[in-house]
Amino acid sequence: MPTYNLKINGKQITVTADPDTPLLWILRDELNLVGTKFGCGIAQCGACTVHVDGVATRSCQLQVALLDKEEITTIEGLSEAGDHPLQEAWKQVDVPQCGYCQAGQIMTAASFLKQNPNPTTQEIREAMHGNLCRCASYNRIEKAVAMAAEKMS
Amino acid sequence: MKTTKSNLAFSRRNFLKTSALAGGGMIIGFNLFTACKTEAKPSIDIENLNFNDFNAFIKIADNGYVTIFSPNPEIGQGVKTAMPMIIAEELDVEWDKVHVVQAKYNKKEYTRQVAGGSLSIRFGWDALRQTGATTKQMLINAAAVKWGVDAATCSASKGIITNANGETLGYGEVVKEASTLEVPENVKLKKPSEYTIIGTDAINVDLDKIVTGKPLFGLDYKAEGMSYASVLRPPAFGQKLESFDDTETKKVTGVTDVIKFGDKVAVLASNTWAAMKGKKAIKAIWSSDEKLESTENHDKELNDILDGNDFTIRREDGNVKKAFTEADKIVERTYDSPFLPHNCLEPMNFYADVTPEKIHLVGPIQTPQWTAGRVAKLLERKKEEIELEMTRMGGGFGRRLYGDFALEAAEVSNLAKKPVKVVFSREDDMTDGIYRPAIKYRIAASIKEGKITGYHLKEAAINSNMYDLIPNFFPAGCIPNYKVSTKSYKSDITTGAWRAPYTNFLAFAEQTFFDELAQELEKDPVELRLELLQNVKNTTDDKIEYSGQRMENTIKLAAEKSNWSENKDGVYKGFAAYYSHNTHVAEVAEIELKDGLPVVKKIIAAVDCGIIINPTGAINQIQGGVLDGIGHAMYGDLSFKNGKPSHRNFDTYRLIRMNETPEVEVHFVKNELSPTGLGEPGLPPAGGAVANAIHKALSKRLYKQPFIKELQNSKTEVLG
Repeated sequence: MPTYNLKINGKQITVTADPDTPLLWILRDELNLVGTKFGCGIAQCGACTVHVDGVATRSCQLQVALLDKEEITTIEGLSEAGDHPLQEAWKQVDVPQCGYCQAGQIMTAASFLKQNPNPTTQEIREAMHGNLCRCASYNRIEKAVAMAAEKMS
Repeated sequence: MKTTKSNLAFSRRNFLKTSALAGGGMIIGFNLFTACKTEAKPSIDIENLNFNDFNAFIKIADNGYVTIFSPNPEIGQGVKTAMPMIIAEELDVEWDKVHVVQAKYNKKEYTRQVAGGSLSIRFGWDALRQTGATTKQMLINAAAVKWGVDAATCSASKGIITNANGETLGYGEVVKEASTLEVPENVKLKKPSEYTIIGTDAINVDLDKIVTGKPLFGLDYKAEGMSYASVLRPPAFGQKLESFDDTETKKVTGVTDVIKFGDKVAVLASNTWAAMKGKKAIKAIWSSDEKLESTENHDKELNDILDGNDFTIRREDGNVKKAFTEADKIVERTYDSPFLPHNCLEPMNFYADVTPEKIHLVGPIQTPQWTAGRVAKLLERKKEEIELEMTRMGGGFGRRLYGDFALEAAEVSNLAKKPVKVVFSREDDMTDGIYRPAIKYRIAASIKEGKITGYHLKEAAINSNMYDLIPNFFPAGCIPNYKVSTKSYKSDITTGAWRAPYTNFLAFAEQTFFDELAQELEKDPVELRLELLQNVKNTTDDKIEYSGQRMENTIKLAAEKSNWSENKDGVYKGFAAYYSHNTHVAEVAEIELKDGLPVVKKIIAAVDCGIIINPTGAINQIQGGVLDGIGHAMYGDLSFKNGKPSHRNFDTYRLIRMNETPEVEVHFVKNELSPTGLGEPGLPPAGGAVANAIHKALSKRLYKQPFIKELQNSKTEVLG
């Protein structure tokens, strides 16, 4: 099996894997970074969202062989102490019910707020529509993203 | 009307036992619903707590910190936070000094360690308060002994015991003494006005871990030497495996074993991706699917049932036949629902390590006790040999009541002789479901001289009919001649509980039917409900499940908060109210039209669930239930052709997304009655409220879910 050099959460990591293995499963099974979740495997639910060079990307569709020098950030590396304004807002609003989708929601929101630091409610609703929450905690996700945006701007 | 349902009898003597811990502190073991055996002793080994006689534990460390081992499975409904809050309230400790840990299922008896039916809080309310209060009294008694004073002169608050001289001792300073004292009886419980924790917002106890991506869920669990297994199951219900070729599977890097069991084939590998890839590479030959079931057949069978006369009568008041014969007018409508998959976002998965000595099971399960029993039976092993650990669950909605995935893991581990984690792909999860069954309702009402004189509800359902309480829901007791008849059709398709079983669709049928009746009678729909409820207020029929008074209060609150009687330009309002899981809920939906299609903008929900333990959690549950109800009423759709489900993944199966969600405003009826369930009751009225608003906007009645199909069909008609 070939080996790949990846840069994940600021660390250089070497993994051995089949070339078509999605980054999702490298993270979860090989590197024990299980915050990135498996939901659908076809980029429809957003549970596996990570940042590739700062851009929200579905890790279930990203084959390891296609990665080279990109900086990958997972929920575990979003902030040093778990205190990114979005993580803080998530706690303040008490967003999760089951909690399974929330890391993916936060990663999508973090990338979105970098591109659009002062979003309208409608922009938040559109930006987050690719992330499913089966418990439908959507009202609170919306509120937490708006709260974080306000703090960050 | 029953009023004391939550007051389950439990004997206080011996319901709680204490031990001193070797490393300092004390452990209190208790059984939520039954007295422990007289000889029972809680284990002092924290790693191996004795759950035979106790199903929950409190540890008080000598620094005063409290650990509560929460007994009920957490599926996102918030009990892991709410149940310990009740204990902490009566124990009188500060909430930030309380640490909550999920208790393990261990070996034999585990009383009602189930998440389902919105029952956890309802059944635990009395026992949890007694436990907290008794422990507090025991600590006070210990301090009194230490001081040499009468315990009656001492009091405790926020983890500190105070005597008449103003001296103080922390709980942690008296745990050693307390663990040697008799368990006090007849302790005093707090009045609701004295609560300092109950009724305050406590954020989800796992929140820090959730937002930082720490391992919590079943899918995150790993064990030394574990293989990942992907299972190939028959693509159609009723289909059998004839043969398979695994040549290509064995070429996949990482695949270690291919194991046939029953009509299934498990592919084991060193990682999930290899296991899934290996499964896809199997060439399987299945038995013919020509004669397998299709939705078309189901429709015919269920319609035949409704047209026939072969029903079980579930409740009958007065003389429905006579009322219908004498009526001025009869209104009759038929309502249709599809199957629904649960679609928990965390796909089904379970870990099993079956060895000659014991069986170790770990994963997300709503029914640990039942599942452990079934695994024991399947593998012909003793129940005592099974250790089952529960993880947090990425959603339940009823699906994780059925331990099929745990049984698969145990069977595969047993055959492979190694620890195995079975992981469903999304396609496995959606196509090997235990679905909400397709159901049809036919409701007829007789009207005479402007009054509803008779009501007949018929249910034709796949596999099983409504549970026994439902015939005693509204409008039972409100209409003098009333009848509920049911019959089922046996299908190969596996079906089961889905969030708010039966009522998740019945409420829509009934509440839109009443909207039509109001229109027929030229009455306001809210007024009609309130008028009908007067008839049940003083009922002596103790079978009636709901309270006319509480429903009236709830409806009035929803009407007030939504300004029901006021009209706003371009806003169309719909109303529905429903009682389920001991909670009364009324909802008003506000919709607007965009390109001729309705957009749900806001839902105003009023809820009577008694005392609210954790308001932030309670609001979250209602908001989620309402949106879940709207999402599935609008888009949820699963049908079958030759035994195969019509959808496999989220590319074609539509779930509600953020840009489609209205704001949900939640209001609670304030009272001091025992708390009732919240995980389910917000859902049933939502579809009806939206459908009634759609009727206001488009003058179109909806009789079938999903609404989107009906609306698109009618739009095509208009345009075409």
